[in-house]
Amino acid sequence: MTLARFIITVFCLAAAGVLQAIDFRNDIRPLLSDKCFACHGPGGKPKAGLRLDSFSSATDGSRRGGPAIVPGDPDKSPFIQRITAADEGDRMPPPESHKKLNNREKALLRAWIASGAEYQTHWSLLPITDPTAPQADHKEWNNHPIDRFVWRALSRQTKVPSQEADRRTLIRRLAFDLTGLPPSLAEIRRFLADKRPDAYERLVDDLLSSQHFGEHMARYWLDLVRYGDTHGLHADDYREMYAYRDWVIRAFNRNQPFDEFTVEQIAGDLLPTPTTQQLVASGFNRLHLSNSAGSALAEELYVNNVVDRVNAIGTVYLGLTVGCAQCHDHKYDPISQREYYQLFAFFNNLDGLSHTERKKSPPPFLGFPSEEQSERVADLKRKINAAGKDKLKRESLSKKLAALELAIPTTLIMREREQMRPAFIYRRGLYDQPGEQVERRTPAALPPMDQGLPTNRLGFAKWLVDPGHPLTARVAVNRFWQQFFGVGLVKTSEDFGSQGEVPSHPELLDHLAHRFVANGWDVKELIKYIVTSRAYRQTSFASVAAHQADPENRWLSRGPRFRLDAEMLRDQALALSGLLDRSMYGRSVKPPQPAGLWQSVALKVSNTRVYVPDKGAATRRRSVYTFWKRSIPHPAMTIFDAPTREVCIARRERTNTPLQALVLMNEPQFFQAARELARQALDRQAPDNDGLRHAWEKVTGRPPDSSELELLESGLDEFRQQFTATASVNLGGEKLTAEHAAWTMLMNSLLNLDMVKAKQ
Amino acid sequence: MKATRRHFLKTIAAATMGAGALLAAKPGPVKVTHFRPKAKRLIYLFMAGGPSQMETFDYKPGMRDRFDQDLPDSIRMGQRITNMTARQSRLPIAPPFAEFRQYGQSGAWVSDLLPHTAQMIDELAVVKTMRTDAINHDPAKTLMCTGSQLPGQASLGAWLSYALDSGNPNLPDFVVLNTSKWTANVSTQALFARLWGSGFLPTRYQGVTFQSNGDPVLYLSNPSGVSRQTRRAMLNLTGALNRRHFEEIGDPEIQTTISQQEMAYRMQASVPELADMANEPASVKRLYGSDVEIPGTFAFNCLLARRMAERNVRCVQLFHRGWDQHSNLPVRMRGQCRDVDQACHALITDLKQRGLLDDTVVVWGGEFGRTIYSQGKLTRTNFGRDHHPRCFSMWLAGGGVKPGIVHGETDDFSYNTVHDPVHVRDLNATILHLLGFDHERLTFPYKGLDARLTGVEHAHVVRDILV
Repeated sequence: MTLARFIITVFCLAAAGVLQAIDFRNDIRPLLSDKCFACHGPGGKPKAGLRLDSFSSATDGSRRGGPAIVPGDPDKSPFIQRITAADEGDRMPPPESHKKLNNREKALLRAWIASGAEYQTHWSLLPITDPTAPQADHKEWNNHPIDRFVWRALSRQTKVPSQEADRRTLIRRLAFDLTGLPPSLAEIRRFLADKRPDAYERLVDDLLSSQHFGEHMARYWLDLVRYGDTHGLHADDYREMYAYRDWVIRAFNRNQPFDEFTVEQIAGDLLPTPTTQQLVASGFNRLHLSNSAGSALAEELYVNNVVDRVNAIGTVYLGLTVGCAQCHDHKYDPISQREYYQLFAFFNNLDGLSHTERKKSPPPFLGFPSEEQSERVADLKRKINAAGKDKLKRESLSKKLAALELAIPTTLIMREREQMRPAFIYRRGLYDQPGEQVERRTPAALPPMDQGLPTNRLGFAKWLVDPGHPLTARVAVNRFWQQFFGVGLVKTSEDFGSQGEVPSHPELLDHLAHRFVANGWDVKELIKYIVTSRAYRQTSFASVAAHQADPENRWLSRGPRFRLDAEMLRDQALALSGLLDRSMYGRSVKPPQPAGLWQSVALKVSNTRVYVPDKGAATRRRSVYTFWKRSIPHPAMTIFDAPTREVCIARRERTNTPLQALVLMNEPQFFQAARELARQALDRQAPDNDGLRHAWEKVTGRPPDSSELELLESGLDEFRQQFTATASVNLGGEKLTAEHAAWTMLMNSLLNLDMVKAKQ
Repeated sequence: MKATRRHFLKTIAAATMGAGALLAAKPGPVKVTHFRPKAKRLIYLFMAGGPSQMETFDYKPGMRDRFDQDLPDSIRMGQRITNMTARQSRLPIAPPFAEFRQYGQSGAWVSDLLPHTAQMIDELAVVKTMRTDAINHDPAKTLMCTGSQLPGQASLGAWLSYALDSGNPNLPDFVVLNTSKWTANVSTQALFARLWGSGFLPTRYQGVTFQSNGDPVLYLSNPSGVSRQTRRAMLNLTGALNRRHFEEIGDPEIQTTISQQEMAYRMQASVPELADMANEPASVKRLYGSDVEIPGTFAFNCLLARRMAERNVRCVQLFHRGWDQHSNLPVRMRGQCRDVDQACHALITDLKQRGLLDDTVVVWGGEFGRTIYSQGKLTRTNFGRDHHPRCFSMWLAGGGVKPGIVHGETDDFSYNTVHDPVHVRDLNATILHLLGFDHERLTFPYKGLDARLTGVEHAHVVRDILV
């Protein structure tokens, strides 16, 4: 780079940043991490003995070749010479890394060194602060601390926020966000009529106390912890853990504090005299994929399961990709391979074999027999004993016992073995290459465990929810935020490490995390705090230019608008049409799906080889109760980006594809919903335009304007033309009058509207 | 009044479709190949279960004299074996039961179980020294298809559909055809959606499975009683309302919805047209054999794959199951080979006749090979073989592949590689290379890494098998 260009670049930087000091955390560390740390980072043996992840190592004069960085003097810093070298052979990063620094980035690094090359600890590892909310010079935006942070960020971007959305929009947005279901017309009317000044807060409270709140919140959690109804490997047999799913729903509904929620899941079994429910919660440790292959190696499986458990803790609570350190020191974050196996040691003591022998609940598990079942088990056991040496009789009785035991509801739980399994550093992560033995210990880059805590999972869990822990609360509030706004304040909600994205609103994130902990990890309170902000209540109507300028709405200049998740789409169609069965809990259910899907992939002996759909109301339950076969979940779920639940997923993709359009147009339950809605419209026996008005309002939550109504009328005419030839028509398997058929197509059109498949 | 209204609706619909066509181009972030590709598309014939290399391409005549002898320790070298044979007191050698002959100008040895494949041996590059890290089906298949034994990674087809520009705006870029009928209908291992999943890539890149029963693409057909015309009317109404809403709210995602609904409508015509083989000439069908008439057979799917290649679908992956012969191998292996042999030959011939082989890569093989020693009881005529990850055979053909060669050599027991090992990673790097991509540069940021199909360990393009 020529001197002139350098000066211009720095000048531009200075102008843009108003001579703001270069921020190591936002500007420099992400660069060093992405471009340099793979070879010169915290992991393993750094190339040329050079580490660039700390001040002392980067400026170490005793290194052969001298200090790479001379603070205050970029021209004397070999680091700058190497990144700006004209010769490709000398230039860093080298070509084989496929990484490049552009001129702006080089100028940033130069300016950083010129200003003293100050290093700072990675932001997410620093203690959570309690920043004071700035003042906003706008009345509406100065009430709520969230808004004051948002306002300042917008001002810096020279952006302006949007108007508040109307009440109809708000109730629909809130209902989906808090219960996963659309509001009914009656609920909309009630809210519109509520003239009290705190009508909105009251609505939030009502929705938070709905039983559907827990079902909705649980769904996100179940993605995160990879809950499924099958083992997921090899035969992918049935695995019974729905009691855990129900525990999660109940935990959200009774607003269990998030710290307790965490401790019970990680170590419910280690609490003094644990309750049944706490044991059920400890099943968290058993949600990983499991195998029952005859050919699988027991030790390999055991180790794989522990690895899966540890990596889950990384994604769910730490927001760190700890799994990288399974085979070698983490290349970007301060987690050595030794530290990985020290974490591993906490989770390496399950009192159960890894060989599941194709059981629905490999031990340890809890059974929930009914009284009658208990009696029958005892009775059969007595009879087997009494049968003595009569082999035939014993066999027949044993068969009966096995069948009975299969029918008894169970759930997998966690339990420690008495003698602790030693943990080793596995060389290159290979289960059959144990090296040095290690003890349980938390990573050095995080605050140490309180001396008073036991050195086991319980101590570990309590360490995670210690108010001084920098990650747990930040990671949790960020995910809750993401639910409402579509993107987290940290976009990479699964990675708060060096390679993750830095927060868009760092102080807001800390404010929320700090407040969350101070309020006793109160989840409903946090959610109410978020959804009562002005930022949340903005309209999502904006110009095309505004959408293009900030497609993900990171600066929050408008309200959230994005496609509903798979479950919400299906539940919406069922709810709007009145088909939804609102009963809660219990065994997972099987709504209809195209025949042959399971057979097309299943192992011949798998007990989930043939999909037998349920009948009646069970097919119309909320989707959180849909059976999740991990090798091939329900297609109406996966087509809309639901994960397979094989790995922990902190955020779903949100795509828009033709296959999705086909589901909404043709999937039998969606079509049934259209028929039902049409039936109800016809039952009203109102004139056309009133019927259309009502139907539109029911589905979209607001009345149609005149041009919409005109389109609806002409659409209905068109559909009537299509069906005039016959008096009755078989539509999707049901014989309907021509008029009913025409209305069904109208409803099918409405259920396919973008505004219906989106929260806005 | 009514006529006017309908006219109004149609005008709006026309405008809507215009916007749809504009937006139909896939917003793929790569689109441009790293260098001039040798091929434009891939057909991957996956033999799930692990076909025996000793009964197909890896001729080991020396074993004939070693019937029931123990596998020498000098060969096994303490390498791990599965639980199924680890507890056997002996590892007795089961000489391959099939006869071998040399074929073509290359003089490559091919087993009698694959008579049709043998006839086209000069079109193929046979790799005898494939190797994998996994010893069990599930992780081995996952490694083969996604580059990692652990779930969560993107499949080869997903990578290609992410990397390549859309080949046909009316069809998916990555189609999966699962064979629903095969001979050895026992101990058939499961498949998993992750084998064609998008992993960390956006889910729009995942494979679309074509079903052999019912709708080829899930939910493709309109409900009974809903004609194509009625669907058009419905989309006109929905499109007009969506378009109106877009003008109001400004979110470009609404335009994407409109264009995807239009593509769904086009697929409702293009997919049945693709799947309808009525017009295939009898001479072509004869090439594939009588199975081609039965939906769900490998032959049927091979012909379907050719029709997809013609329509420029970027990646078609066929899964044929039943290759896991732990017992009764001689009988079952014969049937399995019969299932696929003629259709493989037909596919290559058919592609070649149409000039499509020049820019289509075809890959054949399973997730690992099998052991020279018998699992279970060994007799002269009956035995089983366990999983063997250290060497197995695959073949490639088509655009950019050197025809008529055999790559690599294994030892006399087909147990270890003597020279030129080809790891799964190397194979995947080579496939990407043929399609115009440097496997080290085709990356996607995920969990802090520039994730790639070939993972973090070294992989190399197998130049010896390229033209």
